[in-house]
Amino acid sequence: MSENSIIPIAELSEDEKIIHEVTADNQYKYGFVTDIESDKAPKGLNEDIIRLISSKKNEPAFMLEYRLKAFHHWQKMKTPKWAHIQYPPIDFQDIHYYAAPKQKPKLESLDEVDPELLKTFEKLGIPLEEQKVLSGVAVDAVVDSVSIKTTYKEKLAEKGIIFCSFSEAIQDHPELVKKYMGSVIPYRDNFYAALNAAVFTDGSFVYIPKGVRCPMELSTYFRINESNTGQFERTLIVAEEGSYVSYLEGCTAPMRDENQLHAAVVELVAMDDAEIKYSTVQNWYPGDFETGKGGIYNFVTKRGICKGKRSKISWTQVETGSAITWKYPSVILQGDNSEGEFYSVAVTNGFQQADTGTKMVHIGKNTRSIIISKGISAGRSNNSYRGLVKMMKGAHNARNFSQCDSLLIGDTCGAHTFPYIEVGNPTGQIEHEATTSKIGEDQIFYCNQRGIDEEAAIGLIVNGYAKEVLNQLPMEFAVEAQKLLSISLEGSVG
Amino acid sequence: MLSIKNLHASIEDKEILKGFTLDINPGEVHAIMGPNGSGKSTLASVLAGKEDYEVSAGEVLFEGNDILELDPHERAGEGIFLAFQYPVEIPGVSMVNFLRTSLNSIREYRGEEPVSAGAFLKLMKEKKEIVELDQQLTKRSVNVGFSGGEKKRNEIFQMAMLEPKLAILDETDSGLDIDALRIVSEAVNKLRNENNSFLVITHYQRLLTYIVPDVVHVMVDGRIVKSGGKELALELEEKGYDWIKAEVV
Repeated sequence: MSENSIIPIAELSEDEKIIHEVTADNQYKYGFVTDIESDKAPKGLNEDIIRLISSKKNEPAFMLEYRLKAFHHWQKMKTPKWAHIQYPPIDFQDIHYYAAPKQKPKLESLDEVDPELLKTFEKLGIPLEEQKVLSGVAVDAVVDSVSIKTTYKEKLAEKGIIFCSFSEAIQDHPELVKKYMGSVIPYRDNFYAALNAAVFTDGSFVYIPKGVRCPMELSTYFRINESNTGQFERTLIVAEEGSYVSYLEGCTAPMRDENQLHAAVVELVAMDDAEIKYSTVQNWYPGDFETGKGGIYNFVTKRGICKGKRSKISWTQVETGSAITWKYPSVILQGDNSEGEFYSVAVTNGFQQADTGTKMVHIGKNTRSIIISKGISAGRSNNSYRGLVKMMKGAHNARNFSQCDSLLIGDTCGAHTFPYIEVGNPTGQIEHEATTSKIGEDQIFYCNQRGIDEEAAIGLIVNGYAKEVLNQLPMEFAVEAQKLLSISLEGSVG
Repeated sequence: MLSIKNLHASIEDKEILKGFTLDINPGEVHAIMGPNGSGKSTLASVLAGKEDYEVSAGEVLFEGNDILELDPHERAGEGIFLAFQYPVEIPGVSMVNFLRTSLNSIREYRGEEPVSAGAFLKLMKEKKEIVELDQQLTKRSVNVGFSGGEKKRNEIFQMAMLEPKLAILDETDSGLDIDALRIVSEAVNKLRNENNSFLVITHYQRLLTYIVPDVVHVMVDGRIVKSGGKELALELEEKGYDWIKAEVV
């Protein structure tokens, strides 16, 4: 079913009502709000606001110029309409473009962080005290628009690794920012990328020097707290020749009745023989399960470039949250023998809509790409895979393998696949496999007969279905993602 | 152990069980034989709690408690196990993970602590030997790519792991070659004791030469029409079901 008009509870069948009742309390557990004072810019977007953001962050002139150029370009652009999603027009003047937890401008130690904020992260299961942090994971915590704390910074610096907030990078490493920011995703790229370039407030910056293997997982945890704000973060990762880094991001937001906009930009650059693994567990508030009210509008542009020979970029995403997900983590395979990977599990339940996939652009010789996409739809949701595999004229012996599977739970949801293929070189090889299946009553009954209740059975079956993708995640994340998949699908069967 | 009285059950308004009555005591093995379409597999499904069937009359007591109101997973928790005629495939879920989830769910239902990973693996190794199951099989996804015989042996393996009070074997012998039949039967015989009971549903007598039943029932048109000792199975084999049908009418 592709219509997604909102159906009032009263019109649900008896069975469905029971499901809703039973599952009323299962919902989003990250939906709390932290009571902290915040410093907010007035609503609306204009040059003054952009100047305000830039001056709040004490940015060098080149940044302000960049922002203003992006803003002027954005004003001429229209919101993209091609995705298989429906939502009322967003009033871009009704959003706060800057909100920051009020605190001292420069933090010397963790003691200076607002204890309320620390509690927030404890609640989310992300302690920021370094001794408590999961061993082997360095964390950058971003609340609303501002980076709160980056752990293990000094330890990483010993190896020459830079892991800091984007704002700090602008201050401390302006030459790197200037060189790479916008080099993969120019502000002209699309409507939301332009908006982000104009108003972005923070995010993470990672630089791995030549020949260095980053000894721990780097991680950013994004949290939206304020109401009526947009979150526009920007992440840039540069991996120099022969280096390696694995990077994770997680996201949550409070439950609110209004929709909130999240428009991020992530750029990855991999030089010769470098490898970047980028994993996302996206769990923004999906909106009310019964009415579809509220939830995050997640319009994200993510792209990596395999600039060097034999370089590799791998995107893994587990998308369970957001009212709307619009994102296509892509790889430009420029270097000869470079590799791009995209592993995705997208779950939609309730009234969620997801239009997600990837673009693999083969430019260099012997470039390879893999796309594994697993869509899981339940409730009254709609889940679309949209992907492009493009092989340019010079991409001799390029290869792609794509597999796009859709799993349907119940009969009121929709699954859609939009694969695009463009091949400009006769030696290119493309394989595309696609399946659509329904979760079997007989599978659930088989589990039931072995003592496993319905919810657990669905969790088990779905995790089995998504295994190829979950296996790509680092251990700590994989466990969390598995739980998340089960939780997201609670109440999805009758 | 199990007491079924005047059970009526239908699927899509078609009545399949028409006044089925049966009593099984602890330690007993009962065989149910009958022609195709007599309702044998329906009986197994209804006892396990499959939703597609509607029970319109009668009662099913398990250890004195009415189980018709229980969900299928609760019945499993109570100790009822069904070896499926057609075991279901679950891609991506390893047998190890599946069985551990299963065992711990049942333990949780009974208010017991979950088993540790070490104890679980040890138990699994032990039980695999009983059914002569390939050690590698438990690493594979549930029933995916298993041969017909492997699937059936896997059912018996799960039974051995879960140690149910009542095991219902739904045509476990169908599609088995003679070696697999022997292995399955021997496993059942090893697991038999004075506290558990078996309900063996089969179409052919040959399984019953290996698993010797205490009572043999003949089911025709949704109910038991004749019961007897193990020799009844032989008689059926010789004379066919028409003889019974004729006698009943």
